[in-house]
Amino acid sequence: MKKRAKLPQPLKTLLSFLFWVGVWWIISLIVGREVLIPSPPAVAARLFELLKTSDFYISVLLSVARITAGFASAVVLGVITGVLCARYEAFDALLSPFFSVIKATPVASFIILALVWINKELIPVFISALMVLPVIHGNVRQGILQTDVQLLEMARIFGFGRKKTLKVVYLPSVLPYLYAGMKTCLGLAWKAGVASEVLCFAAYSIGNRLYQSKVYLETADMFAWTVTVIIISVIIEKLLMAAVSLHNKKNRYDNSKKSAQIV
Amino acid sequence: MITVKNLHKSFDNNVVFDGFSLELPDRGFYAVSGPSGSGKTTLFRMICGLDTEYGGEINVEGKISYVFQENRLLPQMTAYENVFTVCGDKEKSLFLLKAVGLEDAADKYPSELSGGMNRRVAIARALSYEHDILLLDEPFTALDADIRDKIISLVKELEKDRLLLIITHDPDEISALGCDEIRI
Repeated sequence: MKKRAKLPQPLKTLLSFLFWVGVWWIISLIVGREVLIPSPPAVAARLFELLKTSDFYISVLLSVARITAGFASAVVLGVITGVLCARYEAFDALLSPFFSVIKATPVASFIILALVWINKELIPVFISALMVLPVIHGNVRQGILQTDVQLLEMARIFGFGRKKTLKVVYLPSVLPYLYAGMKTCLGLAWKAGVASEVLCFAAYSIGNRLYQSKVYLETADMFAWTVTVIIISVIIEKLLMAAVSLHNKKNRYDNSKKSAQIV
Repeated sequence: MITVKNLHKSFDNNVVFDGFSLELPDRGFYAVSGPSGSGKTTLFRMICGLDTEYGGEINVEGKISYVFQENRLLPQMTAYENVFTVCGDKEKSLFLLKAVGLEDAADKYPSELSGGMNRRVAIARALSYEHDILLLDEPFTALDADIRDKIISLVKELEKDRLLLIITHDPDEISALGCDEIRI
């Protein structure tokens, strides 16, 4: 078998990006109606126009704030429930059906229910949190249960105490699972958060702008806002992963060779 | 000092100990021997409190250090840090790493060391821990003969005033350490 030619990663990303923009452009030319599929230059022009308005920044900022709040609260809550369920079987038995129901229920059902229950401005926070919570919970629980029993015994023999055992045995085991869960959930939080903004008409939100574009058949706007969502989601994911990588490097958790699994 | 009275232990229907008793003073070297599956490691685990499901009585006076059958090193820490995290003494850690022939590998991670080198880190770690009793579960496997002899001399010197129990199948190791044999 012939050896595959290796390209540098940035060049690979650029070529792949250009290829798919090309595909989009060709489809747009074939369809020939900007109202159905706007061309990449039309979307780029619209995006640049949006960038000049203050509404754009307020909407983006508020959406980022809502979704980040939901994501962060789910991470905190997921860590707490994950620890409790790994530690106490009764908690596990109690919470397991709750998380199964959340995972199985369509996000649209929760959005509609949330419209009845809570303030519409808080719905994206609630929905993002609800989508992230089961994954973080499951990964943290799994990470604790997968902690090397032999290392725990070693810590006990050498009198490490709770704090030290947590730092040198549990954390290196759990953190790769937590980080893998966070990486997976970031995209999920964005998708669910923006979807809920669309359905609850949250004021000054990306979802609301998307909805308005649809109502007025401003397809280029719709594409421009979607591109914005993708760009912000990628930037936040890269920032999160850079922070994780820095933390791993500082604490040398990457030497543990543990593979994180997503549950 | 270790006292074991009328010990009963079984795994499902497999009886490992059936009224086993033992009394060891607070110093001296003892080799625990017996066929595979006779319960040597299980006895160590019960003595140090890692296995508490047994019948009878085990009394231990003094602090235990342990070279496990597996190395059980922290993968995110260097050889030096693995020793230091147990004893908290920089000089002692470096001295022991040097004594087991790892002065040049102190800043290496377990994943960067050979099986024998990791074994030596585990031995240095156990020796560094403040203890009265040392349990060694087949400590010299994966070690070259010359390094093994060097470590045996080190253990003999450092542990001469303590109680040492070793699980080994090698008669040379038993005689080199000058152990009394306990057959189970």
